[in-house]
Parts: sequence; C-alpha cells; structure tokens
Amino acid sequence: MKFSVILDALPYLLEAAVTTIWVSLLGVLLGQVIGVVVCVARQSGGRAADMAGGVYVSFFRGVPLLIQLLLIYYMLPLIGIDVPPLVASIAALGLASGAYVSEIYRGALNAVPHGQSEAALALGFPGRSIWTRILLPQAFRISVPALVNELILLLKASSLISVVGVAELTRTSQTISASNYRPLEIYLAAGVIYLAINGALALFGTLVERRLQQA
Amino acid sequence: MTAVSQTAAPTRSPTADDVVPMVSIRGVGKSFGTNEVLRDIDLTVNKSEVVCLIGPSGSGKSTLLRCINFLEVYDRGEIRIEGTLVGYTEDTPRRRLSNRDLRSLRRNVGMVFQQFNLWPHMTALENVAEALVQVRGMDKASAAAHAGRMLDRVGLAAKADAYPARLSGGQQQRVAIARVIAMEPHLMLFDEPTSALDPELVGEVLQVMRDLAADGMTMVVVTHEMGFAANVADKVAFLDRGRIAAFGTPREVFHESAEPRVQQFLQTYHERNSF
Repeated sequence: MKFSVILDALPYLLEAAVTTIWVSLLGVLLGQVIGVVVCVARQSGGRAADMAGGVYVSFFRGVPLLIQLLLIYYMLPLIGIDVPPLVASIAALGLASGAYVSEIYRGALNAVPHGQSEAALALGFPGRSIWTRILLPQAFRISVPALVNELILLLKASSLISVVGVAELTRTSQTISASNYRPLEIYLAAGVIYLAINGALALFGTLVERRLQQA
Repeated sequence: MTAVSQTAAPTRSPTADDVVPMVSIRGVGKSFGTNEVLRDIDLTVNKSEVVCLIGPSGSGKSTLLRCINFLEVYDRGEIRIEGTLVGYTEDTPRRRLSNRDLRSLRRNVGMVFQQFNLWPHMTALENVAEALVQVRGMDKASAAAHAGRMLDRVGLAAKADAYPARLSGGQQQRVAIARVIAMEPHLMLFDEPTSALDPELVGEVLQVMRDLAADGMTMVVVTHEMGFAANVADKVAFLDRGRIAAFGTPREVFHESAEPRVQQFLQTYHERNSF
C-alpha cells in the first residue's frame, strides 16, 4: 500500500465524485417526476393508464440497469437519435428509478386513510387539489425513509454508467489505476468517497424525517 | 315584517323557498351485491330542522347519511337537496352527474366524520382555511382570517397553530366542525360525531352542535347519543335493517312508539348506560 498515490489521485477522484453526485441527482429528480406521474396515472387514469404503467414498472424493475443503459445508448442511434453518454445515463437512471419510486408512492398512498380524501371530497375539492394538497404531501412524508434508500441505491448504481464512458467516480478510478498500476489504493479511495457521500445522504434523510415529524 | 315583505315583493308566493324541503328522500334503496342495506327510505328534512338517525349497528344509518352527499351511491329512488337531484341527471334513464356538478352540490353540504379526518400535515387553522382557498377561491390572507373566526366560534382560537396530533379528540372534532361551517353550508351531515371520543370529551362537541342548531342550521345527525336526540332533535328516525321503522318527534319515537324494535333498542341502550 502506498498512500501517496491516493493523495496524487485525489483531485481527479473528487472531481469525478462531483460528476457522480450531479448525474445521480438529475437521475433522482427525473425518477421522482416519472414516479409520481406513473403512480397517479395508475391510480386515477383508468385501465389503459394502469396497464401502461404496469408494463413500464415491470420492464424497468425486471431488466438489469446495465442492460437498460446499453439498450438506450446503442438502440437510440439506430432510430436516428444520437444521444451523448451523459444524457443516456441520466435517462436510464431516471427511468429505472421512476419505476421503483412509483411503487414506493403506491405503497405510501395505501397507507393514507381513506377518510383523508373523503373529507376533501365532501368539501367539494377538485380532484387535482385532493392529489396535490392532501394525498401526495402525506404520501411523501410516509415514503421519506424509502426514498432515501432509493437515493442511496441509485447513487451506487451510477457506477454502472462508467461502461458508456462517462467520467464519473468509478470510470475515473479505472482510468487512474490503469495508468499507475495501483488499483487497490485507488478503488479503496473511491469506496471511501462513495461511503462518505451516502453517509451524508442518510444524515440528510434523517434530518428531513425529523423536521417532518415535528409537524 | 309582514307588511314590508308584501310591499317589497308583492308577486312572491310563499312557495319556492318555504315549501321546498332542504332534503327530500323518496323511495331510496341501495344494495351491496345481494345485500339490501337500504330499502324504500322516505324522509323529509325541512330548513333549520335537526333530524337524528338512530338504530342498531348495521341498520343503514351511516349509509343513508352518506347517500345524501353521494359519498355513497344509491341505486333506487331519489334524494333531493333544495330541489336538486343528488348524484344523477334529471334525464330518463338517469346518468351519473359529472364530478364538476357533484362538486357544486357538495359545496352546500358539510359533513362531519366519526374519525374527524383532519389533515395531519396542516395546523388547525390551515385545516379550516384550505377549503376556502381550494374550493371557494379565496386568497390565503382572507381565508386565514375567516378560518380564525371560525375557530373562535368553536372555542379554539388559541389552538390555531397546533397540529391535529397535539389536540384532544374533542378539539379535533371541533376543528372539523369549524372546517365545515367556514364553507357556510346550507345543510350539515354528522356521522357519529362523538363515537370516537372519550366520554369526558363528548360534551364539548355536543355543545357546539347545540349552538349550531340554535343558530338555525339544518342538521342530519347519525348518533348513539340518545340524550342529544331527545333534547335537540326536531325529528328522530329509527332505522332497522335498512328501513325506517319509526319516525316522529323525539317524544313520539322514544315514549309513544309501539314499535317493538324501538322498545328493545332503547331498553338495551338504557341497560348499557346505567350502572
């Protein structure tokens, strides 16, 4: 073990970690939007929407993320859409995450008592307000622990996008260790950085939970 | 008064407003599969009347109440609120009302639930103000001001910023009542409003309901509080197995009814509440 190589590589690793973080965050945001839309559509959009949502969820939950990523990256150019690796990566992360998030929200919505929406219905609320003001805020509260879990899983899954050449933490570690022949030190450093990021995310989740519980 | 109204509106006949009942239920029936939960119900509630629905569990009281604002769909007969058919179009064969039409009908009908159903992520004040913003389109500031006055009316001005979890059951139910009266409904439905409360908290909720009745609010109340029914109700309907088995003033139902099921029900009630 030679720790000086870690120090030498650290600036590059940290720069790559920043890429990991923002690609993951964009993936999570996309996943949240898709997840909520799919969940609401399946619950209130009729049978066709429910079935389409079901197909979406079973595909993106059932096919390995690496395969999804490669499919998006190699298939879209075939139909004339040229996607940069970064865009393909964020899309793949978001689509996969959306499938899980929609199921997290479905479970959380089932945990909101029926009387909650009934009270709003009896007061004459429009359907949209019942979703945005009553159901989703409560579903969100219930699902914070599961969403933090999903956030951490997704951040780790982002290491897969190294295969399409995005210079995130894993890819950069590969590149560095291929040139200095010190894979153990470099991957160890990368692992510690992942751990630190996820530790911060878990802490953030606890704070959000505590904050919401005060309400 | 008489002279003024005659000169001011000489052509106004004493029909429309005075004669059309607040709620008119005619031949209403409902089934869950083969189970008939409501059979051939007739009931009229006039303006400013308090009508209590009593009877054993499973007799259909709550189902009937929930049909009045169409939270529960009735299959047969008709329910009218101030002359407007509830839940269906006037065509034959009738079709279900659109959500939009259902909403405008529900605006005039408030409902208070057994489990309060306050929204736990909003303060007492926000619970009351929310419908004013979402349904009546008031701006946030005037909705909050109006909501504050309503909380004051149920004696909870001091709890405006408390979340439901920090309130007692009785306080929660009073907030739920404030949430409804803020919308200035023409009619209020109460679905066992005190059944989920500890005995010592029942009184404060019944007092608010008494005040509302004294102010002339039209109320239909499903209740197990026979004292409230006897003292506050103008009419009492006793339901048994989906039918109205007895109907009349509290005196007629409680003391003069020859209906054996009423007698049996009241006897069980007295046995349970004496010690």
